[in-house]
Amino acid sequence: MSIMPVKRIFHHDVSVVLAGEAGQGIETVEQILMRIFKSAGYHVSATKEYMSRVRGGTNTTEIRVSSRAVVAFLDRIDVLVALDPGAIDHVKDRLSPKTIIIVNEESHKEEGRDIFSVPFSKIAWELGNRILSNTVALGFLAALFGISAEEVIVQVRSSFAKKEADIIEKNCLAVQRGFNFGLQAVDRYQLTIQIERNADIKKQLIISGHEAAALGAVVGGCNFLASYPMSPSTGVLTFLAQHADEFGIVVEQAEDEIAAINMGLGSWYAGGRALVTTSGGGFALMSEGLSLAGAIESPMVIHLAQRPGPATGLPTRTEQGDLDLALYAGHGEFPRAILTPGTIEDVFVLTAWAFGLADRYQVPVFILTDQGLLDLYQTLAELPVVSTSISNEPVQTEPDYKRYRFTQSGLSPRGIPGFGQGIVCVDSDEHDESGHITEDGAVRRAMVDKRMKKHELLLEKVLAPVLYGAKDYKKLIIAWGSTFHAILEALELQKDPDMAFLYFRQVYPFPETAIPFIKKAKEVICIENNAGGQFSGLLRRETGLSVHKKILKYNGAPFSVEELVRQIWEQE
Amino acid sequence: MSGKAFDFPQAEISWCAGCGNFGILNLLKDILAEVVADPQRFVLVSGIGQAAKLPQYVRAHYFNGLHGRALPSATAIKASNPSLTVVVTSGEGDMYGEGGNHFIHTIRRNPDITNIVHNNMVYGLTKGQASPTSARDFKTPVQVNGVILEPFNPLAVAIALDASFVARVFMGFKDHFREIVKKAILHKGYALVDVFQPCVTFNKINTYQWFRDRTYFLDDSHDTHNRMQAFERAIETGRFPLGIFYQQTGKPVFEDQLAAYQQDKAPLFQRKPNLEAVNRIVDKMRH
Repeated sequence: MSIMPVKRIFHHDVSVVLAGEAGQGIETVEQILMRIFKSAGYHVSATKEYMSRVRGGTNTTEIRVSSRAVVAFLDRIDVLVALDPGAIDHVKDRLSPKTIIIVNEESHKEEGRDIFSVPFSKIAWELGNRILSNTVALGFLAALFGISAEEVIVQVRSSFAKKEADIIEKNCLAVQRGFNFGLQAVDRYQLTIQIERNADIKKQLIISGHEAAALGAVVGGCNFLASYPMSPSTGVLTFLAQHADEFGIVVEQAEDEIAAINMGLGSWYAGGRALVTTSGGGFALMSEGLSLAGAIESPMVIHLAQRPGPATGLPTRTEQGDLDLALYAGHGEFPRAILTPGTIEDVFVLTAWAFGLADRYQVPVFILTDQGLLDLYQTLAELPVVSTSISNEPVQTEPDYKRYRFTQSGLSPRGIPGFGQGIVCVDSDEHDESGHITEDGAVRRAMVDKRMKKHELLLEKVLAPVLYGAKDYKKLIIAWGSTFHAILEALELQKDPDMAFLYFRQVYPFPETAIPFIKKAKEVICIENNAGGQFSGLLRRETGLSVHKKILKYNGAPFSVEELVRQIWEQE
Repeated sequence: MSGKAFDFPQAEISWCAGCGNFGILNLLKDILAEVVADPQRFVLVSGIGQAAKLPQYVRAHYFNGLHGRALPSATAIKASNPSLTVVVTSGEGDMYGEGGNHFIHTIRRNPDITNIVHNNMVYGLTKGQASPTSARDFKTPVQVNGVILEPFNPLAVAIALDASFVARVFMGFKDHFREIVKKAILHKGYALVDVFQPCVTFNKINTYQWFRDRTYFLDDSHDTHNRMQAFERAIETGRFPLGIFYQQTGKPVFEDQLAAYQQDKAPLFQRKPNLEAVNRIVDKMRH
């Protein structure tokens, strides 16, 4: 049975989904394809969705090619490249009659759909290596977008520059073969893709969330990282390890997360500026160390990359389920700050900011990200690589130095061993001004007050939330972290004159400037990628304000733009 | 030599009268006065327990952290400022029990730190339960019918992991203690000194006299560079050998091998963020 193809026209914004088994090389295609689109002058972003396995299954990556920067996850698939037999079934709910479905001729069994078959494996086999089917796909896709085979070959040559000449030539041949099939597809679907090219985009960078976090840390002065690998936080560890010599930073893979945070605290004590990067389960092991940071008034920066729990949960997927964990972890009472970037730029800026904040107020500071945000890649015009540090550098100690001296400001100047003439003593037991153990009730009370006062001090530098959408709104969406892009895009699509969006880059201490914005709305909608509505709980506890509606998602996937439109405006 | 530079007369010591920790404290202060050229560059690190309170009673920089976690912190202190001399002093529960995983991996890392473990074969601060090194059949309020676990053998574990310096002393033999601990501090690399020490309150078995009767000194016939021989000495149980079991000179130390110190020897606190390198990497992302 053959189905007559319908004519396909796409404007401004095309969603391409690549699907293949783990280990099939989808990531390599994604990376090169992004460079091809960028050098053609298109905005491009990629969102990954993958299984917790090294081989098999179906992994997908959604690449959005557009005339303006859009990076949110879309349900809609315009072009599907299904390299493995299970791929179509894996994404079947996201296909429409308009979707162009490209399948691998050799492995495709399904009938009854309008598909375009390409002998990816056969061509690769002829050229001598099954992995070349990925390069065939590159050539094919370029043709659909009106990008010449030559432009692709330039990118392939530069991406494979370190490979042997023979391999590079075979890849170039693969591009050409794929490109020719792509022209056939254009012909068959009478395909038109209209996306304005902008030459300025060629100069933009392609950056991921984890790269932004790592670079932000360096700009913040991070010079020590101890961590234990755990998805989705590992990218930061890997990136900094690979550049440790250039940055002059100590990077160590600890035996466990307990060691990692205790190393971090040792480093701060000796004058380093330490980061730990981990996910929920690993951070759970750091709880006692977090409490130690509170007790010894040590700065500490914790990158907590969320994934769905409890326990091992969905290791490679996304969720915002650890806000309460960050808020309440650690025994005893001590202040902390929780930063919640929602864009790659904010991941960079806030990670840098976290170091100054931690150092200035001698508190642990969290950067709460998640798998979706860290694995996001996108074109970006610029990163603000400037030192915006609000740090108090370690002081040169006097002979009578006391680490926990009571001061007017509430902050004790932080000395380190080997810099000055004083003695620097820190103790996890309750201690007196000199850092020695005490059980004197009055000293204990004064030390608790001194530590707790830093919560008020943190409010001096709290980051105000940012308002988007209608100025004169009746309804207000509030959200934190990685839901930012999908919410903003939904808002821009609907152009609802009554709707605004308040984006929180810091949730704790709670920014009091948010209160009038929230009170002004007749209806408040809180959107979170978790089941419990943790942020609306925080809002109620901190301000007494309640939200009218919660939109929650906890199946391991990020919000898509379409489902937010449906749920916010209650369509269907 | 007197320990004046490290004396801290204000100390309110919370150990029992007759505790072996007093001897260790006094001997250690003497040794430090002799071997530490610059007290400003000397740091004591400990965990939690009676032994871990020792830094409180010394005039020195200290980091008294969490139970079992002294070694990771000490490793990072040394790695963040390699010009510091770092000595970890804590009990066997802290080092071999709660911190067992760190003990293993710190040996593998081989930072240039000294690890003095007060080993009295019982828990003092929590009042008399078995410790990892308590002998079989040792009765306690928890191990009511006696310990049924094999005692942890720190020296055998350290030698198995090819630690760069492994020694045992008894705090009652002062001259020997002085000699060995001094060598341990001067040794470049991770140095373990397991210190036999009586607990006069909770351990009525392993007393001063018990340690005197059941120990002997390794003599010149023992080759400290022979790992097999060292292991044989380490698993002796009838009478426990004292001295240096095993040592290696020239084994690469952790902090010297870190990428951070290949171009630049400055401690971390003297460094500024390398924004040029960040810009270089950002520029590469444009291609």
